Amino acid sequence: MSYDTTNVLDSDTREAIEIDRSRGDFTFPERNKFDAGRGLTSATVDYISNVKNDPDWVREFRHKALKVFQDKPMPTNWATKDLDAIDFDVIRYYLSDGEKPKRSWDDVPADVLETFERLGIPQQERAFLAGVEAQFDSEAAYSNVKEELTKQGVIFCNSTEGLKEHEAIFRPWFGKVIPTGDNKFSALNSAVFSGGSFIYIPKGLKLKQPLQAYFRINSENFGQFERTLIIADEGAELMYMEGCTAPKFETATLHSAVVELVALKGAKIQYVTVQNWSSNVFNLVTKRGIAMEDAEVRWIDCNIGSRLTMKYPGVIMKGKRARGEVISIALANTGQHQDTGAKMIHAADNTTSNVVSKSISVGEGRSTYRGQVHIPKHLKGCKNNTECDALLINSKSRTDTYPAITVKGNQHATQHEASVSQVSDDMLFYMQQRGLNEGQVMFLAVNGLISDLVREFPMEYFVELKRLIDLEMEGSVG
Amino acid sequence: MSLQITDLHATLEDGTEILRGVNLTIPKGEVHAIMGPNGSGKSTLSKVIAGHESYLVTVGSVTQDGGEILGKSVDERSRNGIFLAFQYPSEVPGVSNANFIRAALQARLPKGQDIDAVAYYKNLYSKMDLLEMDRKFTARAVNEGFSGGEKKRNEILQMMMLEPEYCILDETDSGLDIDALKIVAKGVNAMRSENRGILLITHYQRLLDYIKPDWVHVMAEGKIVRSGGPELAHELEKDGYEFLKEPALA
Repeated sequence: MSYDTTNVLDSDTREAIEIDRSRGDFTFPERNKFDAGRGLTSATVDYISNVKNDPDWVREFRHKALKVFQDKPMPTNWATKDLDAIDFDVIRYYLSDGEKPKRSWDDVPADVLETFERLGIPQQERAFLAGVEAQFDSEAAYSNVKEELTKQGVIFCNSTEGLKEHEAIFRPWFGKVIPTGDNKFSALNSAVFSGGSFIYIPKGLKLKQPLQAYFRINSENFGQFERTLIIADEGAELMYMEGCTAPKFETATLHSAVVELVALKGAKIQYVTVQNWSSNVFNLVTKRGIAMEDAEVRWIDCNIGSRLTMKYPGVIMKGKRARGEVISIALANTGQHQDTGAKMIHAADNTTSNVVSKSISVGEGRSTYRGQVHIPKHLKGCKNNTECDALLINSKSRTDTYPAITVKGNQHATQHEASVSQVSDDMLFYMQQRGLNEGQVMFLAVNGLISDLVREFPMEYFVELKRLIDLEMEGSVG
Repeated sequence: MSLQITDLHATLEDGTEILRGVNLTIPKGEVHAIMGPNGSGKSTLSKVIAGHESYLVTVGSVTQDGGEILGKSVDERSRNGIFLAFQYPSEVPGVSNANFIRAALQARLPKGQDIDAVAYYKNLYSKMDLLEMDRKFTARAVNEGFSGGEKKRNEILQMMMLEPEYCILDETDSGLDIDALKIVAKGVNAMRSENRGILLITHYQRLLDYIKPDWVHVMAEGKIVRSGGPELAHELEKDGYEFLKEPALA
C-alpha cells in the first residue's frame, strides 16, 4: 500500500481533525493528594515508596539507583551544555491524586477526562486500539485493554501494578535490558520511577491492533519518570504506540523515561513514538530492546517537540538471526535540539540491523545524530545498514552526525551513508515559479525527505504526524 | 491583452547591467522568438520577468494585460499566469512529479477547495500521452536522475498542466535530440491559443522549424536590436550574428 504524501488530507478531513497548534497547551488546577515536594533526597525516594506501597526489593532498588544517580556526573563531556540548565532541586518528583487507574473513562475525574478527550485519546481507543493507558503526571488515570485479550493472557497495566501483581514475570527482566547505571538519567528514573506500562503478550499471540500509552504532564516544575517493560513471549507480536504532550510552562520540565523491550524467540515488537512535548521540556529517555533468536525489535521514533531530546533507542541482538531496526524522524525548530540516534549491539551470528535517521533543522534548530553499531570479532554473518539524511531549512540551523561503527572480524557487511542537504536558492526559485510560496516549498522539501519513512507509521499516526510537521513548518517559514 | 516589456533595465547585485532597455510586446495569440549570442541577456530577461531575486530592476516596467507585475513575488506571478520553462530545471528530491504538479495546481485554488484527484490524473495522463511519457514518470521524484530530454519534456508537461497565460521557454531545445525536439514542439504547438502568448528563447533556428514563430527578435548586449518575421531566423542561421558587429542599423 502506498500513500500520496503531499495532499494526504482533503480539506474536509483536515478540518475534521484540525485542532490548533496550541492543542496540548492547557492545564488544569492541581489537586494532588500526594506531592513529594521539591528536590531529590533519600527522603523523596522513601516518600514515593511509601505512597506506592513498594515491596522491599523495589524500595532497595530505588535507593541504590539514587546513589548511582548522585555519583554519576552529567554527560556534558560529550553532550550539550544545555543539560546544566536542569535544576534538580526545584523539580517535583512525584505528584498524584491518589486514585487508582480507572477501567472506564466514566470513572476518570472530569478534568483529567477532558484533558484526554481534548487530546483525542478515548476516540482513538474506540477507533483502532486494543488497549490504552493514559498517564497524568506520575500515575495512570486510565488503563484498559480489550476483555478478550485479557482472557487470552495479555497483561497491560502500569509498572506499579506489574511489579506487585505479576512479579514472577516482571522481576526477572526489570532493569536487565537497561541496568540502573547505564547512564545518569536511567539511574534517576530507577530511583523515582512511577507509571509507564507493563505488558506481557503470551506465546504465539499476535495482536492485530496496537496498544497505546499517552503521557501527559499537567503540573509545573514537574518531572515525569515513567517506566515501561514490554515482554513478548515466544512467537508473540505487538505494536505499542506512545504519545505525549505538556502545556508550555515558563520553567523547564523534565521527562526521563526508561523503556525496556524483551522479544523472546521469534517474537516481534514494534514501538512507535510521536514525541510532541512543549518546547520547555527536557526529554532524556533511555530505550532499549533485546531480541532473542529470530526475534525482531523495531523502534519507530518521531521527535517534533521538546527543548532538548536525548534519545538513542537500541537493540541488543542476543539470539541468532535476530533483527533490530530504528526508524527515526527529528524536526528541530528554533530553540530546540534533537539529539537522537541508535545503538545496535550484535551479540549473535547472522543478526541484522537497520538504522534510518532523517532530521530537519529549521531556523536556529539543531539536530544531532549519534549512532553506535557494535559487531564483535567472534561473530559471523552480521549485517548493518545505516542511513542518515539531514535537511537544513535555514542557514542558521545546524546538524551534526557522530557515527561510531565498531566492526571486528571480516565476515560481516556494514554500510553507512550520510547526506546533508539544503533547499538551494535555485530549487526555491524553481518551485516558487510553479506557484508555491516559500512555506509550501519547505513543506514539500520536508515531505520529500521523510515520505518513505512516514509510511512506516501506522495510518492514524501517519495522519497525525503529517499534521504536526505541517503545523511546525507553517510556524517557521514564509 | 499582452505581456508588455518597456525600457527594462536590470543589474546584478554587483551593479553590472545586463538588461539595457528591453522593449518587447507579446500579445496573446502570438508566438515570439528571441535569438541572440551567448551573454546577450536572453536568459536574464526570462528570469527578470519571472521575478528572480538576483536581479535588480533599475528602470522600466513589465505589465501583464495592463497590470504592473514588477514588485510581485515569484509565486504570485506564477499563479497569475506567468510560466517559465527552465533551461536547467532543479531536482526536487523525494517529491514525485504527480505530487509536485498537484501541489502547484492546489496553490492556485481558493482556500478550502481541493483538486479532484480523479480528474487530475485523467488530465495528467492525457498530457503525458501527448508528450509520450511513461506512466511510471508520475511516481519519480521531480527531475531526479532525468535525462536532459526528460527534464525538458517535464517542463512542457508542467506548462500544459498549469495552463499559463504567458509561457516563456528558455532554451528548451538545447541538449535535445531530434526526436525529443519534435515531441517538445508538439507540446508547445498544442498550447498555442488565442488566449496565450508564448516567448521562445533559443540559440538555434532548428526549434523554429517545428514551432513557427509569428515574430523573431534578436537580442544583443541587453537590448532587442532587430525584429522581423520568421525569415529573420533563417537569415541568422545562414549569416550568424555577424551583422551585430556592423554599425547599428538606422
